[in-house]
Amino acid sequence: MKKIRLGTIWLDGCSGCHMSFLDMDERLIEIAEYVDVVYSPYVDMKEFPESVDLTIVEGALSTDHDLRIIKKIRENSKLILALGDCAITGNVSAMKNLYGSEAVLQRGYFELADLNQKYPSKVVPTLLESVIPLHEAVKVDYFLPGCPTPADAIYEMLKSLIEGTEIKIHELTRFGK
Amino acid sequence: MQNRTIVIDPVTRIEGHAKITIDIDKSDKVKDAKIHVTQYRGFEKFCEGRMYTEMPALTARTCGICPVSHVISATKAIDEILGVTPPKAGTNIRKIVNLAQLLQSHTLNFYHLSSPDFIYGFDAPKEDRNIFKMMQTHPEMARDGINLRAFGQKIIEDLAGKRIHPTGIIPGGAAHKIDESTKEAILEQIPAMLKIAQSALEFFRDNLHKFQEEIDYLGAFPSLFMALTNKEGTLEHYDGKLCFMDSEGNILKDRIEPRDYKEFIGETVEEDSYLKSPYYKPLGYPQGMYRVGALARLNIAKTCGTPLADKELKKFKALGAGKPVLNTFYYHYARLIEMVYALEKIEELLKSDETMSANVRSTSTVSYDKGVGCSEAPRGTLFHEYHVTKDGIITAVNLIIATGNNNLAMNAGVKQVAQKFVDTKNITDGALNRVEAVIRCFDPCLSCSTHALGIVSSKIEIRDHNKKIIRVIERS
Repeated sequence: MKKIRLGTIWLDGCSGCHMSFLDMDERLIEIAEYVDVVYSPYVDMKEFPESVDLTIVEGALSTDHDLRIIKKIRENSKLILALGDCAITGNVSAMKNLYGSEAVLQRGYFELADLNQKYPSKVVPTLLESVIPLHEAVKVDYFLPGCPTPADAIYEMLKSLIEGTEIKIHELTRFGK
Repeated sequence: MQNRTIVIDPVTRIEGHAKITIDIDKSDKVKDAKIHVTQYRGFEKFCEGRMYTEMPALTARTCGICPVSHVISATKAIDEILGVTPPKAGTNIRKIVNLAQLLQSHTLNFYHLSSPDFIYGFDAPKEDRNIFKMMQTHPEMARDGINLRAFGQKIIEDLAGKRIHPTGIIPGGAAHKIDESTKEAILEQIPAMLKIAQSALEFFRDNLHKFQEEIDYLGAFPSLFMALTNKEGTLEHYDGKLCFMDSEGNILKDRIEPRDYKEFIGETVEEDSYLKSPYYKPLGYPQGMYRVGALARLNIAKTCGTPLADKELKKFKALGAGKPVLNTFYYHYARLIEMVYALEKIEELLKSDETMSANVRSTSTVSYDKGVGCSEAPRGTLFHEYHVTKDGIITAVNLIIATGNNNLAMNAGVKQVAQKFVDTKNITDGALNRVEAVIRCFDPCLSCSTHALGIVSSKIEIRDHNKKIIRVIERS
C-alpha cells in the first residue's frame, strides 16, 4: 500500500492544533504506518516538497511570507486541510485587525521597550495590514474547526482519508469543544 | 572571498518558528550568527478593551504548548486586581496542573524533538532525525515518550477541563474540586511514569560521553540566571520571589517581588527579530544577559525537595563543582530532573487532604487597578501585567514571555556553536543541525511571542556592502 505523503505546517496560530495532533497519543503510531511525514515542524526537511498528498495547515496568514508559502503549498499539494479556527476564520490571530499592524507594532516596540525603540525591519517578514484566513488566499479542500481542533477529530479525518471513506465533520467538532 | 550569509530557514524540531543567519567574513571565518524570530502577534495591544474575565482564555491562545502557564499567570494577575487569595485547594489544583504541563512540555522536548539527535547522532541523515523514525527503530522509547506526555495532558484535562487552552483555572482559584476517582487514577499511574522518566535520565547519562564536544560548545558561557525561588531556596514553579544569580554562584538580588519586575528587567528591540531581548537592568544591555528555565532553576535552587529528584540534583550540581552549571547542553539534563520532580510533587500534592477540599475558589470584585502574575513556565519565568478600569476593562497589558528572557543567551549560543562547528569551505548538514540543536537546548517556545516559517531551503546569500543580495547559492 502506498503511503500518504503528509505535510503539516503552522502559520499564525499558537501551535495548539499541532499539539492536538500529538494528542492522538498512541494512535499516532497507528497513523504513522500509513503516512510519510514529508514536511512538518516535527521533521528536519527545510524545503516544501514537490508533491504532497495532504497538507494540514494551522494558523491564519499574517505576513508576506505566509502568503508566499501558502501559494507554494497549494501548488504542491493535492489536498489542503485548514486545521482549527485560526486557519478557518482568523480567530484570535486576527484580533490584531481591530487595531491594525502599525498600532500593535507601536505598542510592542516603542511603548513597551526600554532601549532601541524601532520597528524590526531587517531579515524579518513584513506584517500584512490584515490577518486573513486561508480560504481568502487559496482554495481549501477541508475545514476542521476547533480551538484547538480536538485530537479525536484529527484522527477520524486522517483515518477516513487513509481508508478513502466519507467523513462527517459536523459530528466531530462542536463550537467550544 | 566575499562576505556571505548562511541561512537556516526554518529552524525545525523546535516549538515555534525562527531562522538562523550565520555571517561569514572575507577570510572565511564565522563572524557572527543570530536567531531571528519572524512573526508578531500583538496580544499586548489587542487585549486592550476586553474584560479582565476574558484574559485567561485569551492569553492561553498565546501558546498551545504551554497554555497552562499563561492561564496561571493571567489568573494570578487577576487575583491581585481582585485582591483575593485562592483557598489552599484552589492553589494546589493550579500547582498540579502547572506541573502536569511542565511534565508534558519537557517530555515533548526530550522525546519528540531532541532525542533523535541523541539516538542517531547529530550527523545522521536528516530524514531519520525525527519521532516518526524513532517509532520504527526504537518503538519502546517512542511509546514511552507518547505515554508520559499523554499522562501530563490527561491530568490537565481531568483537573482543568481541556488538554489545550484549559478553562478550569479561573480567577480566585479553580473551577471544580478533584474527584476521588480522578485522584486515584492519577496516583495509580505515577510509579509507571516515574519508571519512564528515570529510564530517560539513565539513557541520557549513559550517552553523555558521546557528546563531549557538544557539551563544551553548544552554548557554554558565563551568564546570569533568573528563577523564582521560595524562602527555603527549594525549587519553585508557582509561588516564590525572583532571584538573580551570577555565573560564579553569587546571589545578585534575591526575594524580588514579581510585581517589581520592571525595576530589574529592561527590554531592548532587535532590528532583525520580532522577539525583544530582556536584560538585567542593573548591569545594562548587553552585559545583563541572563538565562531562565530548567538550567537556571536548578542552578538557583538549593534542593528540589523531593527524594528522587534531589538524588539526581546532587549529580547535576557536581558538574558545576560548587558553581552554577554553565553549559547550555545540560538544559536537557535539568529538564529530565524536573520531570522526575514533577511526578513526585504531583503525587505529594494529590495525597494532601487540603488539595481534595471542595473549597476551591474565592470570589471578589475589582479592587485594584493593576495586577502582576508571575509563574515558572516550562522554559522560564513568565510575567503578565494588566491594568484595568474600575469596571474591569483592560487598559494596558505587558507580557514578558519565558523564552524572550533567553533571547540574548540563545544568540550567544548560536554564535559559539557556529564558530566551532561550521567549516565555511565545507558546510555540512550535521554542522547546521548542531547550530539548530543549541536552540533546541533552550527549548524555546516561539509560539508564545511570535511565529513564521520559510519556504526556502538553507541557502547562502552573498550581499554587497549595502546588504543587498547579489547572489544566492542554494544548499541541496
